[in-house]
Amino acid sequence: MAEERKPKVNNGPGARGPRGPRPKIENPGRLLKRVLGYTFKDYGIQWVIVIVCIFATVFASLQGTLFMRTLIDDYILPLIGHENPDFSQLARAIGRVAGFYGIGVIASFVQSRLMIYVTQGTQRNLRNDLFEKMEKLPIKYFDTHAHGDIMSIYTNDIDTMRQLISQSIPQLVNSMIMVAGTLISMLVLDIPLTLVTLLMVGIMLVAAKKIGSLSSRFFLAQQRDLGGLNGCIEETMTGQKVVKVFCHEEESLKQFNELNDRLCESAYSANKFANIMGPVNAQLGNMSYVVCSVVGGLLAVTGVSGLTLGALASFLNLNRSFTMPINQISMQFNSIIMALAGADRIFKLMDETPEVDQGYVELVNAVKNDSGELEESSERTGLWAWKHYHKDSDTTTYQELEGDVVFDHVDFGYTDEKMILHDIELFAKPGQKIAFVGATGAGKTTITNLINRFYSIQDGKIRYDGINVNKIKLDDLRRSLGIVLQDTHLFTGTVMENIRYGKLDAADEEVIKAAKLANADGFIRRLPEGYNTMLHGDGANLSQGQRQLLAIARAAIADPPVLILDEATSSIDTRTEKLVQQGMDALMKGRTNFVIAHRLSTVKNSDCIIVLEQGRIIERGTHDQLIEQQGKYYQLYTGNAMAQ
Amino acid sequence: MLKTLGAQIKEFKKASIVTPLFMIGEVIMEMIIPLLMASIIDKGINVVNADGSQGNMQHIYMIGGLMVLTAVMSLLLGIGGGVFGAKASTGFARNLRKAMYENIQTFSFSNIDKFSTSGLVTRLTTDVTNMQNAYQMMLRMAMRAPFSLIIAMIMSFRISPRLASIYLIAVLFLACILGVIVTSATKHFTQAFPKYDDLNESVQENVSAIRVVKAYVREDHENKKFRKASENIYKIFCKAERIVAWNGPVMNLAVYSCIILISWLGAHMVVQDQLTTGKLMSLLTYCMTILMNLMMLSMIFVMVTMSAASAKRICEVLEEKPDLANPEKPIYQVQDGSILFDNVSFSYRKDAETPVLKNIRLDIKSGETIGIIGGTGSAKSSLVNLISRLYDVTDGRLLVGGVDVRSYDMEALRNQVAVVLQNNVLFSGTILDNLRWGDKEATEEECRRACELACADEFIQKMPEGYNTYIEQGGTNVSGGQKQRLCIARALLKKPKILILDDSTSAVDTATDAKIRKAFAEEIPGTTKLIIAQRVSSVEHADRIIVLNEGQIEGFGTHEELMESNEIYRDVYESQTAGSGDFDEKGGM
Repeated sequence: MAEERKPKVNNGPGARGPRGPRPKIENPGRLLKRVLGYTFKDYGIQWVIVIVCIFATVFASLQGTLFMRTLIDDYILPLIGHENPDFSQLARAIGRVAGFYGIGVIASFVQSRLMIYVTQGTQRNLRNDLFEKMEKLPIKYFDTHAHGDIMSIYTNDIDTMRQLISQSIPQLVNSMIMVAGTLISMLVLDIPLTLVTLLMVGIMLVAAKKIGSLSSRFFLAQQRDLGGLNGCIEETMTGQKVVKVFCHEEESLKQFNELNDRLCESAYSANKFANIMGPVNAQLGNMSYVVCSVVGGLLAVTGVSGLTLGALASFLNLNRSFTMPINQISMQFNSIIMALAGADRIFKLMDETPEVDQGYVELVNAVKNDSGELEESSERTGLWAWKHYHKDSDTTTYQELEGDVVFDHVDFGYTDEKMILHDIELFAKPGQKIAFVGATGAGKTTITNLINRFYSIQDGKIRYDGINVNKIKLDDLRRSLGIVLQDTHLFTGTVMENIRYGKLDAADEEVIKAAKLANADGFIRRLPEGYNTMLHGDGANLSQGQRQLLAIARAAIADPPVLILDEATSSIDTRTEKLVQQGMDALMKGRTNFVIAHRLSTVKNSDCIIVLEQGRIIERGTHDQLIEQQGKYYQLYTGNAMAQ
Repeated sequence: MLKTLGAQIKEFKKASIVTPLFMIGEVIMEMIIPLLMASIIDKGINVVNADGSQGNMQHIYMIGGLMVLTAVMSLLLGIGGGVFGAKASTGFARNLRKAMYENIQTFSFSNIDKFSTSGLVTRLTTDVTNMQNAYQMMLRMAMRAPFSLIIAMIMSFRISPRLASIYLIAVLFLACILGVIVTSATKHFTQAFPKYDDLNESVQENVSAIRVVKAYVREDHENKKFRKASENIYKIFCKAERIVAWNGPVMNLAVYSCIILISWLGAHMVVQDQLTTGKLMSLLTYCMTILMNLMMLSMIFVMVTMSAASAKRICEVLEEKPDLANPEKPIYQVQDGSILFDNVSFSYRKDAETPVLKNIRLDIKSGETIGIIGGTGSAKSSLVNLISRLYDVTDGRLLVGGVDVRSYDMEALRNQVAVVLQNNVLFSGTILDNLRWGDKEATEEECRRACELACADEFIQKMPEGYNTYIEQGGTNVSGGQKQRLCIARALLKKPKILILDDSTSAVDTATDAKIRKAFAEEIPGTTKLIIAQRVSSVEHADRIIVLNEGQIEGFGTHEELMESNEIYRDVYESQTAGSGDFDEKGGM
């Protein structure tokens, strides 16, 4: 139940909310460069145009602000008192500003249009690259990373990246140009007033930092309490039926209320400070405005620095357009850091080392020529051969695919420190059935995962038709092995598509034949739309047993020479299994089979039964031999094992 | 929907009302500032004194002081709005969570089935967070934006009705365009989001099924599939965003047009002495305020529509009525552990064509041990779930201790009928904490006794901290077999009259399983025991065995009787014992 599927990744315990604590990143500058590099790679021209557009917009709005000065000083004041004022000059000035404004509007239109393609396109490329990379990663990666975390890269992290690209970066560019442009204009207008403004900005930044650090402390607390509450919610919702059965409602409510109140407390503090930040900054901005107008007024009245009334009006406008972008930068700063933390995770995934594949032996379709020798064929012949290129003699040899598997003193551990399998020796001849028996954790599944190189072994050799599996191309090796896994996974799509997964070019008839072989045809036909029934959420609408039947059909259609069945019938009840068994026997015929099962009926007729305990083979032989030995197998078999 | 949600504001009504008031106050203060500014320019600077000099410093100081005062007031009001807004919204979120959680506690099994675990979790977490943010936004902005828009408008009209009418036209023009943009964009986005969810689901699928992908060498196939989906998303989102992209330029166009028109007309009016330069400046400031707030309104609108989906999901939980209720005059005493199924039929949904259980008639005496066996989907679990009234029968009667289960107080009934569910769960806490779910007051001695019966004591003793060992969430640090035995011990602590084990020893090895059964027979002979099992050996020695097949009773009798008369039973028995044994996980190792 804990593995319940969640189609949408939500802010579960430990999830990174959009306003969480400020995370630490190693080298923000380098990361930012990499993010920029990534989007510039495909959208360089667009970015250049966008930046030009931003310049144009800022230029237009600055022109507007400067126009205020000319409006009052140069055009309005001189006209006052005239009998027949001449407005033609004003008209020309206004016409010029209108022109600038026109450019500004067009630029902002072009900018927002282009940014859509840049943002969405970069997002798409990121997704595709991430996915492609992910498909290349070794199984180990998926073992060591929580699936929720991987998902969160695709959802949360890409989303914060989108915000970074679509909002933060243009906003930052815009604000910086604004600040620089306004600062220069202010300096041109009046230096003392500029200094006053800068002083106020300094106070503003200090205040923002103070409140920011207070706020982020409470956000940390909120995040912690949120995690606690979400954990509690997840636990009780999963066990809600147990709560009911034990009439434990009141206790569970008590626990919940406590956590809920605590979260409310810390969320309140966190939000409070975040909310205060806005008014404080705005009012400090207003204060700056007031101080400037008083000081400016004094200067203008006394005429000390030659400040004119019109210049003061302009300056006050500049003052406003100076504090606004600074506020924006300080606000953007937080979200940029946040986005970079996401970018860090994205690039970490992209930088993972993919599965190692140094194999060069290929699997090809083959035909036997008149002299009985194998030749490569471009068509599907049903006969497969290993194409072995010998570098030293520059020759290519072909060897028929048979399905002979040998483990030669194999040691293996998921980490180098802790070995799971010790000195495994194994011989499987084509057409044989090898069964693995042993307690959970004895290493049964691990052995089968080594044959198809889901993991690489630390010591020893695994040979396939006499070829070291490391020399076989990974894809070709896996193509020659059919596997039905312990946990059945189905894909969104029709039943037909799910079975066809084993052989993409299979005709409908082939699919149905495979389904019949696995004894799945009966229940499929009873589904609302038969083979065209859509499966969702890992086949949630099917029973565990039905899903296993589909997985068997999927392996059957692939028609591989070697078949690995890992608890393939564990969830099928005994009676149905009897029916499936015939299909399974038919499926196993003529192949090398590795079978892991806990039901005796599945294991008994094996050519060799291997009993594993803690990663070592402790017994091996046929059923009769092992019974005679009266060892572990015998104990398991007769149910006389003592619980220890 | 609004009524259901509104009812949860409760003690935060005051904060919810005060917040917008504070925000309005802040707006008023902010509106006054440009007026004061104008006053400084007109009466402070642009004044020609009697001696020919310019400026009135007295006035500048006075108005400057006033401005500082208003700024401080505005700051205080802003802080007040922020603080109360935070209080109201976080409190509202707390109440929502609490109300939902409380209601969920009253849910029956069928209510829970309807929502699914992950559905409930999402509603309690993400959806509530969405509501909290939307509520805060509404309190702080929904009043502020239109109010400051109106104030700025009134101020402009007071200065000059003629010039202000330009704003009115601009506002109407913008409102229309923004309205069109927002509605058509929301339409596109609501279409796009499900596609986005699909894309994420396909990633999720690939993450969890990576072994299948790799085993079948379908990486390229999956890449192609994914690329197609992501290209699709790209197109849909571009289409939706193209509409939104009109926002900025249109807004700019409106602002700039206003500035140009006001400048031109304003200049004329100043020259004709109908307007002062200071007032012209104020007008230009209001221009920004008005149009910015209009923008803000459109943003609020988008946010509210987006949070509507969350609100709907929350309401579904709040408005869900539990479909099992206590009778009016409940019976609190369960006489004994006898069970009588009197022609019981049952289906999970009222409109189901074929019932899950059909015409079940069973008479089980108190203290009997009953085995239940049957294939997957034969309704074994459904049968036993009726006994503790986790679901109500659709037809017929079910008597426990001679009384219809619907006449009992539910809690009293469930305390006497202990069920060890198939999907059982341990909770985070020590082993003792978990055991005491069965009986809050149980002493450590009693807990140990129950564990001995369930063969759990042996492995608990071996743990470093024994009974105080901490169980992780979901019981991840105990094996399947150990978990099952702990769950049995927990149920035993209830000292029930009826004990139901729903496939509860499947991960326990055969020998231990036998030991548990033996302990049951010897130590709690008076308790009626119902044991569902896949393994014949688990039920073989029961007093009587029920063979279920597709919701009907195929056979009911002792092992010997069934071997003789029942084909299914014989079949199952032979298939499992032909060579005997079964390599289940060796629990407890």
